[in-house]
Amino acid sequence: MENFIISMIIAATPLLLAAIGELVTERSGVLNLGIEGMMLMGAVVAFAVANSTGSTPLAIIAGAGAGAAMALIFSVIALSLLANQVATGLALSIFGVGLSAFVGKPYESKILDTVAPLPIPLLADLPVIGGPLFNQQPLVYLSWAIFAGVAWFLYKSRPGLLLRAVGESPSSAHSIGYPVIRIRYMATLFGGAMAGIGGSFLSVYYTPLWVEGMVAGRGWIAIALVVFATWRPFRVIVGAYLFGGVMVAQLFVQGSGMDINIPSQFLSSLPYLATIIVLVIISRDQNTVRLNAPVSLGQPYRPDA
Amino acid sequence: MVLTNKLVKKLATMTLVVVASLFSATSMAAETVGFVYVSPIGDAGWTYQHDLGRLQMEKETGVITKYVENVPEGPDAERVIREMAKRGDKVIFATSFGYMNPMLKVSKQFPKTAFVHATGYKMGKNMGLYNARFYEGRYLTGVIAGEVTKTNVLGYVAAFPIPEVLQGINAFIQGARSVNPKAELRVIWVNSWFDPGKERQASLTLMSQSADVITHHTDSTAVVQAAEEKGKFAFGYHSDMSKYGSTAHLTATTHHWGNYYTKVVKAAQAGNWKPENIWGGYKEGMIKLAPLNPSLPAELRNRIASMEKQLAAGTLHPFAGPVVDQAGKTRVAAGETMSDGDLSGMDYYVQGVVSKLSK
Repeated sequence: MENFIISMIIAATPLLLAAIGELVTERSGVLNLGIEGMMLMGAVVAFAVANSTGSTPLAIIAGAGAGAAMALIFSVIALSLLANQVATGLALSIFGVGLSAFVGKPYESKILDTVAPLPIPLLADLPVIGGPLFNQQPLVYLSWAIFAGVAWFLYKSRPGLLLRAVGESPSSAHSIGYPVIRIRYMATLFGGAMAGIGGSFLSVYYTPLWVEGMVAGRGWIAIALVVFATWRPFRVIVGAYLFGGVMVAQLFVQGSGMDINIPSQFLSSLPYLATIIVLVIISRDQNTVRLNAPVSLGQPYRPDA
Repeated sequence: MVLTNKLVKKLATMTLVVVASLFSATSMAAETVGFVYVSPIGDAGWTYQHDLGRLQMEKETGVITKYVENVPEGPDAERVIREMAKRGDKVIFATSFGYMNPMLKVSKQFPKTAFVHATGYKMGKNMGLYNARFYEGRYLTGVIAGEVTKTNVLGYVAAFPIPEVLQGINAFIQGARSVNPKAELRVIWVNSWFDPGKERQASLTLMSQSADVITHHTDSTAVVQAAEEKGKFAFGYHSDMSKYGSTAHLTATTHHWGNYYTKVVKAAQAGNWKPENIWGGYKEGMIKLAPLNPSLPAELRNRIASMEKQLAAGTLHPFAGPVVDQAGKTRVAAGETMSDGDLSGMDYYVQGVVSKLSK
């Protein structure tokens, strides 16, 4: 059981990091589908930095920077030049896959030392939950801190309220004098940085190696996760552990030789299936859509119009 | 004026390049050989081993080889293969299963070119097949695993339940049980040839379920790395992966295509190449073990060396009877060996595998 919880948390952490970032981006009304590409760039840059400097914190910062740089490209095209957000985001994903493979070429055979977990004194000695929860990689603790920070920011702080207002009705926010485009830029860059950190977690902690395409679809799961969570941070963290749990559970069931005959392909498709069900439920009428999804999501905003 | 000047210069260089490439094309057309790779060459893995073979063949035959890497299976492959045939490559090697149909199609349009396809099952008038008996190496690693394990639990991370992968799994546990009847094997399918994250997670899961020797039939080095980290043992696959875990890596089942490539190209040069269906193993030198880890006892090393000789001589067969499947049904009676036809249709686990195969 303890092993299962440890594995589940590790598998969920990159999803959680990327999804929390995308949540903030989407709450400001911007739909960035480029997470997969941003995560890959974060992964390759973080790996390169870790490999040449040996410093993990520096690697994570560089990974965040790479993700944010990718998000900046998206912002210029989709927010300043008002290109279609869906198309731009998809293009960013595809671009990221290629660029990361190109940048990562010299690092394909390199290896990193595994980073040892960081036990939290006292808490790590608690029975049952101590090991899984408090003897983890530093980035796991960071993901919790960021989750708490984002939840507080969105619901308890004034700038958070503003960000949500921009996502609901950019024209109202603009008419009372708030810089809609600048706020959306910041939200998108934050989303990019988080996706970059999620990618770094994969290449520096999870499997300490770089290989082309190693994010392997986790960026898309993160996007699905935000919808699954109906744009609420608390549901994102629950959903991330749920999806992580499903990913790991199928491996545990298979290894144990239990006679549970669920094809693993079906389990792999569960996150997406769950997302579709949630979408159908919240789309059943106008009110539930408005209650759940940011109203201006995916629509370009032209301030002078 | 400056502009036109530049334009003229540009045109002149362009013409030069075109003329030069025409010349080089005609001078090389006689002796080129093309390779189609499914992934980047990298420095370990399936494509890397094919590329080693290409380099060896180039040295031994003196032909010029050209390769295209990262070619998706499907329409792109057909385009690449046709380009190679058009430019006059004498022999074209396509090194992945999904190139089968595109290659067959192109081969009909270029009857004078020799087409050779790895791991498929369709032959043509000028299209041959080749594959290796990976399971022979798996059997030997199984013997080592059976000797080394303390918990009697072995682990296997696998991609897709196709016959080739099942042959490897079953040969591995057959080998282990031949020296350690208490050994059992846990298998986890990750449903991907390549997902380092999932491969690692599967390895950690297996080790947490008390497996102490693990191996994989996927394409990354994540499994070896995970074993190194947890202080357990692992076998590499495709290539020697010892640099990813010098303590954990006991040995690896590796593929060697060079001799075969040389043979095919020499036959094509002499004009007597015929399409054939080659399924080579130890005997043909297509399968070898990477150098054994120095920590293994001398007695075991000698035993493995003599088993390698027996495999090459054909006196040892990994699926020599009795072979009993998980349900208790005898698949090969004592005193017989499994036929190639039965091997290529394998769709079950043998006894000793504790995981269930979902149908």
